[in-house]
Amino acid sequence: MPENCIYIARSSAIAARALAGEMMVMNSADSTFFTLNEVATAIFQAADGHTPLRDIVRDQVCEQFDVDPEQAQADAEQFVAELSSHGILLVSSQPLSSEAP
Amino acid sequence: MMAAAQKVVCVEIGGIPIALSTCDARFLDLLRQRYDGFLSSSRPEFELQFDLTRTGPASADDVRVRRDGDEWLIERGDFHARWDPRTGRGSVRQNANPYSLDSVLRILHSLILAQRGGFLLHAASAICDGRAYLFSGVSGAGKTTMTRLAPADITLLTDEISYLRPSADGYAAFGTPFAGELARAGENCTAPVSALFFLEQGPENRVDELSSAEAVRRLMRNILFFAEDQGLVEKLLATACDFVARVPVRRLTFYPDARVWDRVRKFARNFQEAPQHA
Repeated sequence: MPENCIYIARSSAIAARALAGEMMVMNSADSTFFTLNEVATAIFQAADGHTPLRDIVRDQVCEQFDVDPEQAQADAEQFVAELSSHGILLVSSQPLSSEAP
Repeated sequence: MMAAAQKVVCVEIGGIPIALSTCDARFLDLLRQRYDGFLSSSRPEFELQFDLTRTGPASADDVRVRRDGDEWLIERGDFHARWDPRTGRGSVRQNANPYSLDSVLRILHSLILAQRGGFLLHAASAICDGRAYLFSGVSGAGKTTMTRLAPADITLLTDEISYLRPSADGYAAFGTPFAGELARAGENCTAPVSALFFLEQGPENRVDELSSAEAVRRLMRNILFFAEDQGLVEKLLATACDFVARVPVRRLTFYPDARVWDRVRKFARNFQEAPQHA
Protein backbone atom coordinates (compact mmCIF):
# COMPACT_ATOMS: atom_id res chain seq x y z
CA MET A 1 0.00 0.00 0.00
CA PRO A 2 1.48 3.41 -0.91
CA GLU A 3 2.46 5.63 1.99
CA ASN A 4 0.14 8.41 0.90
CA CYS A 5 -2.94 6.19 0.66
CA ILE A 6 -5.82 7.82 2.53
CA TYR A 7 -9.31 6.64 3.33
CA ILE A 8 -12.30 8.89 3.79
CA ALA A 9 -15.67 8.34 5.44
CA ARG A 10 -18.69 10.54 5.95
CA SER A 11 -19.20 11.66 9.51
CA SER A 12 -22.36 10.36 11.16
CA ALA A 13 -22.94 13.82 12.65
CA ILE A 14 -24.15 15.36 9.42
CA ALA A 15 -27.34 15.61 7.40
CA ALA A 16 -27.10 15.46 3.62
CA ARG A 17 -29.58 15.69 0.76
CA ALA A 18 -29.06 15.71 -2.98
CA LEU A 19 -30.92 18.35 -4.94
CA ALA A 20 -30.62 19.21 -8.61
CA GLY A 21 -27.17 17.68 -8.95
CA GLU A 22 -25.79 19.31 -5.83
CA MET A 23 -25.32 17.81 -2.40
CA MET A 24 -26.45 19.86 0.59
CA VAL A 25 -24.55 19.00 3.75
CA MET A 26 -25.14 20.33 7.24
CA ASN A 27 -22.99 19.64 10.26
CA SER A 28 -25.14 18.97 13.31
CA ALA A 29 -22.36 19.98 15.69
CA ASP A 30 -22.23 23.62 14.65
CA SER A 31 -24.97 23.98 12.01
CA THR A 32 -22.46 24.94 9.31
CA PHE A 33 -23.90 24.35 5.86
CA PHE A 34 -22.15 23.36 2.65
CA THR A 35 -23.18 22.73 -0.91
CA LEU A 36 -21.03 20.41 -3.00
CA ASN A 37 -20.71 20.58 -6.77
CA GLU A 38 -20.99 17.47 -8.94
CA VAL A 39 -17.35 16.41 -8.60
CA ALA A 40 -17.31 16.95 -4.84
CA THR A 41 -20.63 15.11 -4.58
CA ALA A 42 -19.16 12.10 -6.41
CA ILE A 43 -16.29 11.98 -3.91
CA PHE A 44 -18.59 12.52 -0.93
CA GLN A 45 -20.94 9.74 -1.99
CA ALA A 46 -18.04 7.33 -2.54
CA ALA A 47 -16.53 8.06 0.88
CA ASP A 48 -17.27 4.64 2.35
CA GLY A 49 -14.17 4.40 4.56
CA HIS A 50 -12.86 1.41 2.64
CA THR A 51 -12.03 2.74 -0.81
CA PRO A 52 -8.77 4.70 -1.01
CA LEU A 53 -9.20 8.31 -2.15
CA ARG A 54 -6.89 7.59 -5.05
CA ASP A 55 -9.30 4.90 -6.33
CA ILE A 56 -12.30 7.18 -5.81
CA VAL A 57 -10.66 9.87 -7.91
CA ARG A 58 -9.77 7.36 -10.62
CA ASP A 59 -13.14 5.56 -10.71
CA GLN A 60 -15.63 8.27 -9.80
CA VAL A 61 -14.02 11.52 -10.88
CA CYS A 62 -11.79 10.77 -13.86
CA GLU A 63 -14.33 8.30 -15.28
CA GLN A 64 -17.26 10.70 -15.09
CA PHE A 65 -15.67 14.11 -15.63
CA ASP A 66 -13.25 15.46 -18.17
CA VAL A 67 -10.39 16.26 -15.80
CA ASP A 68 -6.63 15.80 -15.67
CA PRO A 69 -5.90 12.90 -13.26
CA GLU A 70 -3.10 14.68 -11.38
CA GLN A 71 -5.10 17.86 -11.05
CA ALA A 72 -8.16 15.84 -10.00
CA GLN A 73 -6.14 14.12 -7.27
CA ALA A 74 -4.75 17.42 -6.00
CA ASP A 75 -8.20 19.02 -6.03
CA ALA A 76 -9.69 16.00 -4.25
CA GLU A 77 -7.06 16.13 -1.51
CA GLN A 78 -7.73 19.84 -0.99
CA PHE A 79 -11.48 19.23 -0.88
CA VAL A 80 -11.09 16.37 1.58
CA ALA A 81 -8.84 18.48 3.81
CA GLU A 82 -11.37 21.29 3.86
CA LEU A 83 -14.36 19.08 4.64
CA SER A 84 -12.44 17.16 7.27
CA SER A 85 -11.51 20.45 8.97
CA HIS A 86 -15.25 21.08 9.33
CA GLY A 87 -15.97 17.57 10.61
CA ILE A 88 -17.88 16.53 7.49
CA LEU A 89 -15.39 13.85 6.40
CA LEU A 90 -13.21 11.59 8.49
CA VAL A 91 -9.74 10.90 7.14
CA SER A 92 -7.32 8.10 8.03
CA SER A 93 -4.37 6.20 6.69
CA GLN A 94 -6.30 3.03 7.63
CA PRO A 95 -9.74 1.86 6.44
CA LEU A 96 -12.57 3.44 8.45
CA SER A 97 -16.06 2.51 9.44
CA SER A 98 -18.42 4.48 7.20
CA GLU A 99 -20.60 5.33 10.22
CA ALA A 100 -17.80 6.35 12.53
CA PRO A 101 -18.99 8.57 15.40
CA MET B 1 -40.75 30.19 55.07
CA MET B 2 -43.25 30.15 52.23
CA ALA B 3 -42.12 30.32 48.62
CA ALA B 4 -43.34 33.32 46.65
CA ALA B 5 -46.39 32.59 44.52
CA GLN B 6 -45.78 32.12 40.81
CA LYS B 7 -47.74 34.33 38.46
CA VAL B 8 -48.36 33.21 34.92
CA VAL B 9 -48.99 34.76 31.53
CA CYS B 10 -49.64 32.69 28.42
CA VAL B 11 -47.93 33.94 25.27
CA GLU B 12 -49.14 32.41 22.02
CA ILE B 13 -46.89 32.90 18.99
CA GLY B 14 -47.45 30.90 15.84
CA GLY B 15 -50.43 29.15 17.38
CA ILE B 16 -48.25 27.63 20.11
CA PRO B 17 -49.28 28.81 23.60
CA ILE B 18 -46.48 28.85 26.18
CA ALA B 19 -47.03 29.66 29.84
CA LEU B 20 -44.36 31.98 31.28
CA SER B 21 -44.30 32.04 35.06
CA THR B 22 -42.43 34.20 37.54
CA CYS B 23 -42.79 35.30 41.13
CA ASP B 24 -41.43 38.76 40.30
CA ALA B 25 -44.29 41.23 39.76
CA ARG B 26 -42.18 43.68 37.77
CA PHE B 27 -40.96 40.96 35.44
CA LEU B 28 -44.54 39.85 34.98
CA ASP B 29 -45.40 43.39 33.90
CA LEU B 30 -42.47 43.31 31.47
CA LEU B 31 -43.81 40.05 29.98
CA ARG B 32 -47.28 41.52 29.59
CA GLN B 33 -46.01 44.70 27.96
CA ARG B 34 -43.51 43.05 25.68
CA TYR B 35 -45.89 40.42 24.37
CA ASP B 36 -49.02 42.53 24.39
CA GLY B 37 -51.02 41.40 21.38
CA PHE B 38 -49.75 37.84 21.80
CA LEU B 39 -51.20 37.15 25.25
CA SER B 40 -53.58 34.23 25.14
CA SER B 41 -56.18 32.46 27.21
CA SER B 42 -55.50 29.17 25.43
CA ARG B 43 -54.42 26.17 27.41
CA PRO B 44 -50.59 26.24 27.33
CA GLU B 45 -48.80 23.47 25.48
CA PHE B 46 -45.52 24.32 27.17
CA GLU B 47 -44.32 26.06 30.30
CA LEU B 48 -41.24 28.08 31.21
CA GLN B 49 -40.55 29.16 34.78
CA PHE B 50 -38.31 32.20 35.16
CA ASP B 51 -35.89 32.63 38.01
CA LEU B 52 -34.35 36.10 37.91
CA THR B 53 -30.68 36.43 38.73
CA ARG B 54 -27.79 38.72 38.05
CA THR B 55 -26.08 37.25 34.99
CA GLY B 56 -23.88 38.63 32.27
CA PRO B 57 -24.93 41.19 29.65
CA ALA B 58 -26.89 40.15 26.57
CA SER B 59 -24.68 38.47 24.02
CA ALA B 60 -25.48 37.31 20.51
CA ASP B 61 -22.53 35.15 19.65
CA ASP B 62 -22.06 32.44 22.23
CA VAL B 63 -25.40 30.66 22.50
CA ARG B 64 -25.23 26.87 22.86
CA VAL B 65 -28.23 24.58 22.49
CA ARG B 66 -27.53 20.95 23.23
CA ARG B 67 -28.97 17.81 24.72
CA ASP B 68 -28.32 16.94 28.32
CA GLY B 69 -29.96 13.57 28.73
CA ASP B 70 -33.62 14.00 27.86
CA GLU B 71 -33.50 17.75 28.34
CA TRP B 72 -32.37 20.61 26.17
CA LEU B 73 -29.74 22.82 27.70
CA ILE B 74 -29.82 26.37 26.35
CA GLU B 75 -26.98 28.61 27.47
CA ARG B 76 -25.61 32.03 26.77
CA GLY B 77 -23.72 34.51 28.91
CA ASP B 78 -26.93 36.18 29.99
CA PHE B 79 -29.17 33.14 30.52
CA HIS B 80 -29.22 29.47 31.39
CA ALA B 81 -32.29 27.40 30.51
CA ARG B 82 -33.38 23.80 30.65
CA TRP B 83 -36.36 22.40 28.81
CA ASP B 84 -37.74 18.88 28.77
CA PRO B 85 -39.63 18.18 25.53
CA ARG B 86 -41.30 15.12 27.11
CA THR B 87 -43.09 17.13 29.78
CA GLY B 88 -43.08 20.43 27.89
CA ARG B 89 -41.70 22.16 30.96
CA GLY B 90 -38.56 24.12 31.48
CA SER B 91 -36.83 26.67 33.65
CA VAL B 92 -34.83 29.79 32.84
CA ARG B 93 -32.32 31.67 34.96
CA GLN B 94 -31.71 35.12 33.55
CA ASN B 95 -31.75 38.77 34.50
CA ALA B 96 -34.76 40.93 33.65
CA ASN B 97 -33.29 41.91 30.28
CA PRO B 98 -36.04 41.73 27.61
CA TYR B 99 -33.52 40.83 24.91
CA SER B 100 -32.53 37.72 26.87
CA LEU B 101 -36.20 36.89 27.21
CA ASP B 102 -36.76 37.21 23.46
CA SER B 103 -33.74 35.03 22.76
CA VAL B 104 -34.92 32.24 25.05
CA LEU B 105 -38.39 32.29 23.51
CA ARG B 106 -37.03 32.28 19.96
CA ILE B 107 -34.75 29.33 20.68
CA LEU B 108 -37.56 27.39 22.34
CA HIS B 109 -39.84 28.04 19.37
CA SER B 110 -37.08 26.99 16.97
CA LEU B 111 -36.80 23.65 18.78
CA ILE B 112 -40.57 23.10 18.80
CA LEU B 113 -40.92 24.14 15.17
CA ALA B 114 -38.08 21.93 13.97
CA GLN B 115 -39.93 18.88 15.29
CA ARG B 116 -43.13 20.03 13.57
CA GLY B 117 -41.67 20.82 10.16
CA GLY B 118 -41.56 24.60 10.62
CA PHE B 119 -38.83 27.14 11.23
CA LEU B 120 -37.94 30.71 12.13
CA LEU B 121 -36.43 32.72 9.31
CA HIS B 122 -34.43 35.94 9.27
CA ALA B 123 -37.03 37.68 7.16
CA ALA B 124 -39.60 40.41 7.20
CA SER B 125 -43.09 39.21 6.36
CA ALA B 126 -46.35 40.89 5.55
CA ILE B 127 -49.83 40.03 4.34
CA CYS B 128 -50.89 41.52 1.02
CA ASP B 129 -54.29 40.68 -0.48
CA GLY B 130 -54.72 37.78 1.94
CA ARG B 131 -51.38 36.12 1.19
CA ALA B 132 -48.10 36.34 3.08
CA TYR B 133 -44.84 37.45 1.46
CA LEU B 134 -41.44 36.89 3.02
CA PHE B 135 -38.43 39.14 2.45
CA SER B 136 -35.17 37.61 3.59
CA GLY B 137 -31.55 38.59 3.39
CA VAL B 138 -28.48 39.49 5.34
CA SER B 139 -28.49 42.45 7.67
CA GLY B 140 -28.78 45.59 5.57
CA ALA B 141 -30.37 43.83 2.59
CA GLY B 142 -33.63 45.71 3.09
CA LYS B 143 -35.96 43.74 5.36
CA THR B 144 -36.95 46.73 7.45
CA THR B 145 -36.94 48.97 4.37
CA MET B 146 -39.53 46.73 2.72
CA THR B 147 -41.82 47.04 5.71
CA ARG B 148 -41.35 50.82 5.86
CA LEU B 149 -42.28 51.07 2.18
CA ALA B 150 -45.38 48.94 2.57
CA PRO B 151 -48.68 50.56 1.57
CA ALA B 152 -51.34 51.15 4.22
CA ASP B 153 -53.32 48.03 3.31
CA ILE B 154 -50.38 45.72 4.07
CA THR B 155 -50.44 43.87 7.41
CA LEU B 156 -47.01 43.62 9.00
CA LEU B 157 -46.19 40.22 10.50
CA THR B 158 -42.58 41.08 11.43
CA ASP B 159 -39.66 43.10 10.15
CA GLU B 160 -37.08 40.68 11.54
CA ILE B 161 -38.04 37.09 12.40
CA SER B 162 -40.65 35.26 10.34
CA TYR B 163 -42.53 32.33 11.80
CA LEU B 164 -43.37 29.50 9.41
CA ARG B 165 -45.34 26.31 9.82
CA PRO B 166 -46.42 23.71 7.28
CA SER B 167 -50.07 23.73 6.27
CA ALA B 168 -52.33 21.65 4.08
CA ASP B 169 -51.54 23.66 0.95
CA GLY B 170 -47.98 24.78 1.63
CA TYR B 171 -46.76 26.91 4.50
CA ALA B 172 -48.37 29.54 6.73
CA ALA B 173 -46.67 32.64 8.11
CA PHE B 174 -47.54 34.00 11.53
CA GLY B 175 -46.98 37.38 13.09
CA THR B 176 -44.34 37.63 15.82
CA PRO B 177 -43.53 40.14 18.55
CA PHE B 178 -39.85 39.93 17.60
CA ALA B 179 -39.05 43.32 16.09
CA GLY B 180 -35.94 44.54 14.32
CA GLU B 181 -35.01 48.10 13.44
CA LEU B 182 -38.66 49.01 13.06
CA ALA B 183 -39.06 48.49 16.83
CA ARG B 184 -42.67 47.49 16.29
CA ALA B 185 -44.23 44.08 16.95
CA GLY B 186 -46.03 42.34 14.13
CA GLU B 187 -49.75 41.73 14.02
CA ASN B 188 -50.91 38.53 15.65
CA CYS B 189 -52.42 36.91 12.57
CA THR B 190 -51.58 34.36 9.90
CA ALA B 191 -51.84 33.80 6.15
CA PRO B 192 -50.71 31.22 3.59
CA VAL B 193 -47.27 31.98 2.18
CA SER B 194 -47.34 33.14 -1.42
CA ALA B 195 -43.60 33.64 -2.00
CA LEU B 196 -40.21 34.07 -0.41
CA PHE B 197 -37.99 36.78 -1.85
CA PHE B 198 -34.29 37.10 -1.14
CA LEU B 199 -33.56 40.81 -1.18
CA GLU B 200 -30.86 42.69 -3.00
CA GLN B 201 -30.91 46.43 -3.54
CA GLY B 202 -30.31 47.67 -7.09
CA PRO B 203 -31.22 50.36 -9.64
CA GLU B 204 -34.56 48.80 -10.60
CA ASN B 205 -37.24 46.44 -9.36
CA ARG B 206 -37.02 42.97 -10.81
CA VAL B 207 -37.77 39.38 -9.85
CA ASP B 208 -35.45 36.57 -10.94
CA GLU B 209 -35.71 32.81 -10.69
CA LEU B 210 -33.40 30.87 -8.40
CA SER B 211 -32.46 27.24 -8.91
CA SER B 212 -33.88 24.97 -6.24
CA ALA B 213 -30.36 24.23 -4.98
CA GLU B 214 -29.59 27.95 -4.70
CA ALA B 215 -32.94 28.53 -3.01
CA VAL B 216 -32.21 25.86 -0.38
CA ARG B 217 -28.71 27.22 0.11
CA ARG B 218 -30.01 30.75 0.78
CA LEU B 219 -32.85 29.48 2.90
CA MET B 220 -30.59 27.41 5.13
CA ARG B 221 -28.27 30.36 5.69
CA ASN B 222 -31.14 32.45 6.99
CA ILE B 223 -32.97 29.94 9.19
CA LEU B 224 -32.54 30.48 12.91
CA PHE B 225 -31.30 27.19 14.21
CA PHE B 226 -29.01 26.59 17.14
CA ALA B 227 -29.40 22.96 18.23
CA GLU B 228 -26.47 20.58 18.18
CA ASP B 229 -28.60 17.57 17.36
CA GLN B 230 -28.31 15.12 14.50
CA GLY B 231 -32.00 14.28 14.28
CA LEU B 232 -33.18 17.88 14.22
CA VAL B 233 -30.55 18.88 11.67
CA GLU B 234 -31.78 16.13 9.34
CA LYS B 235 -35.36 17.23 9.90
CA LEU B 236 -34.52 20.87 9.24
CA LEU B 237 -32.73 20.12 5.98
CA ALA B 238 -35.71 18.03 4.84
CA THR B 239 -38.04 20.89 5.79
CA ALA B 240 -35.99 23.40 3.80
CA CYS B 241 -36.13 21.19 0.70
CA ASP B 242 -39.88 20.72 1.17
CA PHE B 243 -40.42 24.47 1.54
CA VAL B 244 -38.54 25.18 -1.69
CA ALA B 245 -40.58 22.53 -3.48
CA ARG B 246 -43.89 24.04 -2.32
CA VAL B 247 -43.29 27.80 -2.15
CA PRO B 248 -41.96 30.02 -4.97
CA VAL B 249 -38.55 31.35 -3.98
CA ARG B 250 -37.14 34.25 -5.98
CA ARG B 251 -34.48 36.95 -5.89
CA LEU B 252 -36.03 40.40 -5.59
CA THR B 253 -33.74 43.20 -6.68
CA PHE B 254 -35.33 46.43 -5.60
CA TYR B 255 -34.89 50.15 -5.67
CA PRO B 256 -35.98 51.40 -2.28
CA ASP B 257 -39.16 53.26 -3.04
CA ALA B 258 -42.82 52.30 -2.78
CA ARG B 259 -42.98 50.93 -6.34
CA VAL B 260 -41.35 47.72 -5.18
CA TRP B 261 -44.70 46.70 -3.71
CA ASP B 262 -46.28 47.10 -7.15
CA ARG B 263 -43.70 44.61 -8.38
CA VAL B 264 -44.59 42.20 -5.55
CA ARG B 265 -48.28 42.48 -6.42
CA LYS B 266 -47.53 41.96 -10.11
CA PHE B 267 -45.55 38.84 -9.30
CA ALA B 268 -48.45 37.54 -7.22
CA ARG B 269 -50.98 38.16 -10.01
CA ASN B 270 -48.77 36.54 -12.66
CA PHE B 271 -47.97 33.57 -10.49
CA GLN B 272 -51.58 32.93 -9.61
CA GLU B 273 -52.47 33.00 -13.30
CA ALA B 274 -49.69 30.51 -14.13
CA PRO B 275 -49.12 28.52 -10.94
CA GLN B 276 -45.93 26.75 -11.91
CA HIS B 277 -42.63 27.09 -10.16
CA ALA B 278 -39.27 25.43 -10.24
